[in-house]
Amino acid sequence: MKYEAVIGLEIHAQLLTETKIFCGCSTRFGSEPNTQTCPVCIGMPGVLPVLNRRVVEFAIKTGLAMNCKISSYSRFARKNYFYPDLPKGYQISQYELPICENGYVDITVDGVKRRVGITRIHMEEDAGKNIHQKDGSLVDLNRAGVPLMEIVTEPDIRSPKEAAAFMRKLRTILRYLGVCDGNMEQGSLRCDANVSIRPEGTEEFGTKTEIKNINSFKFVERALEYEIKRQIKILNEGGKIIQETRLWNVDTGTTQSMRSKEEAHDYRYFPEPDLVPLEVSKEWIEEIRQSMPELPDEKRNRFIEEFGLPEYDADILTEERTIAEWFEECVRLGAKPKEVSNWMLTELLRRLNESGKEIHEIALTPQHLVDLLKLIDNGTISRNIGKNVFSEMFASGQSPEKIVQEKGLVQITDTSEIEKMVEDVIQANPKEVERYKNGETKLLGFFVGQVMKASKGKANPKVVNELIRKKLS
Amino acid sequence: MKLSSSEVEHIAHLARLRLTEEEKELYSSQLSKILDYIEKLNELDTTEVDPTSHVIPLKNVFREDVLGESLPVDEALSNAPQREDSFYKVPKIID
Repeated sequence: MKYEAVIGLEIHAQLLTETKIFCGCSTRFGSEPNTQTCPVCIGMPGVLPVLNRRVVEFAIKTGLAMNCKISSYSRFARKNYFYPDLPKGYQISQYELPICENGYVDITVDGVKRRVGITRIHMEEDAGKNIHQKDGSLVDLNRAGVPLMEIVTEPDIRSPKEAAAFMRKLRTILRYLGVCDGNMEQGSLRCDANVSIRPEGTEEFGTKTEIKNINSFKFVERALEYEIKRQIKILNEGGKIIQETRLWNVDTGTTQSMRSKEEAHDYRYFPEPDLVPLEVSKEWIEEIRQSMPELPDEKRNRFIEEFGLPEYDADILTEERTIAEWFEECVRLGAKPKEVSNWMLTELLRRLNESGKEIHEIALTPQHLVDLLKLIDNGTISRNIGKNVFSEMFASGQSPEKIVQEKGLVQITDTSEIEKMVEDVIQANPKEVERYKNGETKLLGFFVGQVMKASKGKANPKVVNELIRKKLS
Repeated sequence: MKLSSSEVEHIAHLARLRLTEEEKELYSSQLSKILDYIEKLNELDTTEVDPTSHVIPLKNVFREDVLGESLPVDEALSNAPQREDSFYKVPKIID
């Protein structure tokens, strides 16, 4: 039987605020343990949480970007459970009245557009961090109270590939909005997946499992692929899927049962009495909407329409807002869009990858690239030399003019100078000349190569080509 | 409304309380009485009353996203029964 996967995702995104959701402690990552706590976030008696306004703004922004309905009335709830990383014995979260509901995000997989429904987005506080040792567990509460957004999708995803595409799209949107840095490895973006399978063409959902601990973009696809195969195998062997939580194990490339707890979770949610309700006015929503940047889909479509870029180029250039803006700056400075795109997609992105740097961290500026393209355009240097200059610019941040001058890279267009080099090459390679004259015209490339080498790449290739043809005819 | 013994056990477990058989029996009858008392509220007609989660006539109380002061580590950990370096130390957590 052929099966179809049904996948829904539950994403936790850590918000890029300065301070925690209910107190003024810092959210900075990687500080010494328990240096960023106060009576509010470690649950001392008699304290009152006060909601960070920016958390609400970030959640509304995200909701708008994901086409959600923003609730005019919303409130917080207590989710009760005991765990050492949860100092109060409850997590302040949202339950029956989340801030955003009923949205969607469009993704494109293999050229096919798919719409993934967003069930809800809510705000909550993070728990602390446990480190397990042989003789006990250590608790660091720096993270307790750090603001999170939980984003829940409808079970609209049908393949691991779609899930990965959705996660990338989500990351792009969150980064455009500046609400989350989207770093799965560091845990500021976390993804749990609900997975079930059903015979293709049927409507009824199968029994689902929940996969946790997927802590990298590349594992989203791999963990889901494994889990779907596992479920198909069980059904094909006449078995039954058990509803349970399973952990993705990076080392074995498998998912493992978390030993299904006998007792179902009983969180006894109730409205948080320490926080007053949240009312979001139309004016506030409008104000936030006005402050939003152009979103990835809009930007991508504009790049195609306004600059005539191929879809492929537009997709890659708009994946990161900073990259897209760098591109636009080059175009604004007068460079041809497709030319800029070609250089960025090859030379620039490759070097960024290699250096592990973000585009705003490098010395190279849009003006440098634009000036380089001018030098190539007006024949001062060849395209190949241009690549060397680019590499130099990337490393040193010097202007292309200066690099070309200092390294003596100006293209030789002086025919007599090139003629001399062509003659030398012809004299040094009598055998090849003979073969060429006997009809082996593909040797032209060999001669051009030799001359270019002799000129250290500076000879104008067009002139070299013409001269060789003339001399050998 | 009489609470069953297993319901009392469930509630005790959620609160991480270990009860003796006598205590279970005692709490079962006491909790049942409390529930009966609360049941009285259902005698009121509330069809015209909006659900209320909060009695204070306030909404939208915010703080700005501005850094405040955190506790020094030693003060934060001063109530901890056990610590190791700057961590709280708790009995080993078994998942």
